[in-house]
Amino acid sequence: MSLLKTTVIEMLGAILLTVLSGPLALAQEVRVGDLTENAKQGKEVYRRYCVGCHGQLGNGQGENAPHLDPKPRDFTAAVFKCRSTPTGSLPLDTDLFETIGRGIHASAMPSWYPLTRQERVNVVASVKGFSPRFHEEKPADPVPIPPEPPTASAGIARGKQLYKKLECWKCHGQEGRGDGPSASTLTDSKDRPIVPYDFTTGERFKCGQSNQDLYRIFMTGLDGTPMPSYLEDVTPDQAWDLVHFLRTLQVSPEKHMSLRDLVRRPSHVEEKLNR
Amino acid sequence: MKLFLDRHNLKSSFCRMGVLLALASACTPAYGIPAFARKYGLRCSACHEAWPKLNNFGQVFKDNGYQIMNDRDGPIWQNVSYFPVTFRITPQWHREDNNNMAIDHTAGVSTSGLVEAKVTTSGFDLSGLDMWTAGTLAKNISFLVLPSTDANGNFHFESAWIRFDNLLDSGWFNLKFGKHELDTPISEKRFLQLTASGGFFQLYHFTPTTDINSFGGIGNNQLGIELTGHSRNSYTRYALSLLSSNSGGVNLPTSQTYDIYANVNQAFELHNLGLQRVGVYAYWGQSPTYFLTSAGVPIPGTGSGSRPFYRAGTYGIWYIRKLDFSTLYMRGKDNVFLGTGTPFNQPAALPAGAHAPTWNGGFVETHYTWSPQLILVARYEAIRLSQQAFRIGTPLPSGVPLTRDFGNTDAVVFGYRWYPIMTSRAGLAWHQEYARVRIRHAAPVTGRDETTSSFLMGFDVDF
Repeated sequence: MSLLKTTVIEMLGAILLTVLSGPLALAQEVRVGDLTENAKQGKEVYRRYCVGCHGQLGNGQGENAPHLDPKPRDFTAAVFKCRSTPTGSLPLDTDLFETIGRGIHASAMPSWYPLTRQERVNVVASVKGFSPRFHEEKPADPVPIPPEPPTASAGIARGKQLYKKLECWKCHGQEGRGDGPSASTLTDSKDRPIVPYDFTTGERFKCGQSNQDLYRIFMTGLDGTPMPSYLEDVTPDQAWDLVHFLRTLQVSPEKHMSLRDLVRRPSHVEEKLNR
Repeated sequence: MKLFLDRHNLKSSFCRMGVLLALASACTPAYGIPAFARKYGLRCSACHEAWPKLNNFGQVFKDNGYQIMNDRDGPIWQNVSYFPVTFRITPQWHREDNNNMAIDHTAGVSTSGLVEAKVTTSGFDLSGLDMWTAGTLAKNISFLVLPSTDANGNFHFESAWIRFDNLLDSGWFNLKFGKHELDTPISEKRFLQLTASGGFFQLYHFTPTTDINSFGGIGNNQLGIELTGHSRNSYTRYALSLLSSNSGGVNLPTSQTYDIYANVNQAFELHNLGLQRVGVYAYWGQSPTYFLTSAGVPIPGTGSGSRPFYRAGTYGIWYIRKLDFSTLYMRGKDNVFLGTGTPFNQPAALPAGAHAPTWNGGFVETHYTWSPQLILVARYEAIRLSQQAFRIGTPLPSGVPLTRDFGNTDAVVFGYRWYPIMTSRAGLAWHQEYARVRIRHAAPVTGRDETTSSFLMGFDVDF
C-alpha cells in the first residue's frame, strides 16, 4: 500500500512538474492567416516534436543538443535568424510559422511542413511562451521588399562592387566559398564557432531559397550570428544588384545533385538550383 | 523536465510499472527504428504517434526514402562510427486459450479418436528478434534490410529492398525493388498489437477455410517493384506494385505469374481536429491450382492452372484531436477453382453447385493518445462470407453440414502501451493486450464455434 501511495504521489508530482515547467502559461496570442493558437495543444506538439533538441525549457538544451552542430535555438533569448523584421526586433508570428514549416537547411532542424497548419501555429505559441520579450515588446514592421528588377549584367557588376565595398568577402571569401580571412574567427552570440555560407555549394539558404529570401537576409541580418543587417547601408536597388551578383557565385557540385543529375547531367542543373 | 527514467532510476520506474499493472490489468509494435532517431536526433515521437504507428511527419520521412531532405541525408554526412542498425525483441508473459481444440481422446494414443477440449498455455516467453538496418546509400538512394528470426532463432529476410527516390526531381516518382511491405491502407507492420490472436488484421490474411489460394494476404511482405509518389506533405499519395505471385516467398516457390497492387489516398485538415485521410486500394492476383509433380511430389515454382482472385476496398483515418479511428472495408473474392481446391486441369472435378467464394469485412480501430508516452488501443473486426464455395448443406470434414455463416470471423482487441523510455537514442514500451477471435463453426470435430484468446504483457525493446 505504501508503494501505491508513493507511486501516486510521484505521478502527481510528475504531472505538476510537467505543467509548471512547460512553456509559460502566459503565451502571447498568435495569429497566422485565419488561424489562432491553442496554447495547450501547442505544448503537446512541442513536447512531441521539439523537446528532444530545444529542451523542456526551450533553452536549446534538449537531450540531443550536445550532439548537434549547429546547436538548437535558445528560445528564452528570443533571438531569431529568420525574420522579416529589422535586426534586433522580435520576429512576426508568420516568420516563426514559416521557419517551422521550412526548417533550417543543413541543420538538424527539419521541415515541419507535414504538420497541420494548426499544429504549426500552436507551436509558434509555445515558442513565444518561452521568453518574456514577447510579453514586453511588439515586433517592428517588416522590412519592405520592393519588386525585383530584371537581372542585367550592369546590375551584376554593381553587385560585385558592393560585395567588395561592404566587405562581404572578408567572411564569404572572394569567390563566395565561405573562406574569407575572417571566416575562421567567427562566433555566434553564444561564442560558439560558426561558418559563413558557402555560395558555391548551391545549397538552399537557411532562411529560404528565393531571391526575395536572399534580399531579406542581408537587409534584416541573421540575428545571433555575425551576419549583420545592411538595411541602413544600401538602397533597395543596390540590394537587388547584390542578390543578382550572389546568384552568379552559385554552382552545383556533384554531391548535391539528384539521381537524375548524376545519371543525365543536364545542362540546366545550375539554372535549376539557382531558381 | 524529463519524465520517468530521465528523473528516476530504473528500479523505481519498474516499481511504478508493477503498481500500474496491478491497478489496471488491462494499459501497448512492428517498425520503429531508433537508428533514424540517432541519425537525426529526433525522438521516437517525432515520427510515431506511438511507435511503431506513424504520424504524418513519419509518413513523409518514409515517403522521402528515409530522408528529411536537408541535404544532409547521405551517409557521407554522418559520423563514421554511425551505423544504422536497430534491434527489437519483446520479452513477455502470455496466455493462449483455445476453447475447441482437437485432441486425442487418450493423450499419446493417436488411435483413441479425436475430441475437442479447451486448451490453455501460459508462461514467460520471447518474441522473435528483428535486426533492422535501413537508411540512405547516397542522396535519394535508400535501402532497408530486415533479417528476422522467430523465437527459436530460425532466420529469414522479412524485408530487403533498395529504393530510388525523387526520380525526375519529383516526389511523385520513387521506385522500390525487392521484398517490401505493401503500401497498405493501415499498416499492419506499424500497428500496436502483439498477441497471437490480435497481432495481425484478420482481413489482411483471410481466405476461406477450404480455399487453396497460396496468397498470404496484403499483410504479407511481397517481392517485386513498387512505384510510389506523394505530395510534399504526403497529403496525396499513391502506390502501384508489380509482384511475383509467390506471396513474398523466396526461391520462387509457387508460380511464374504476377500480381498487381494499388493504393491511393488523400488527406485533409479538418479545422483543428487533426489530419483526416481517405483512400481506396485493390490487389489483383493469381494463384496456381496444381503443380507439376515428380513421383507425386510438387515441384516448386511449377504452379499451373492459375486462377484469379482479388481484395479491394476503401478506408479512412479520422482524428478528433487525441482520439483517432482507423476504419477499413474490404471485399474479397477467389476463383471457384481456388475456393474448392479443384485443379484447373480437372474441371469435371468441380463440385456441383460450387461458387467463387466471396466475403466482406471491415474493422474499426481506435486509439487514444494520452501523450506521446501512453496510448490506448481497441479494435473490432468482422468478416462475413457472402458466398460459400460449396453448396450450403455440403458436409464439412467434421460431418456438420455447411452453413451460410461458416467461417464468419469476429475479433476484438484492446490494450495499451506505455513508453517509459522515449528518447532520441532508444525506446522501451510496456505493453498489455487482450485479444479474442471467434470463427463460426470452425471447431474441427463438432463444428461448433472456435474461439481463441490471448493475453500478453511484456517489454517491447527497441534499440
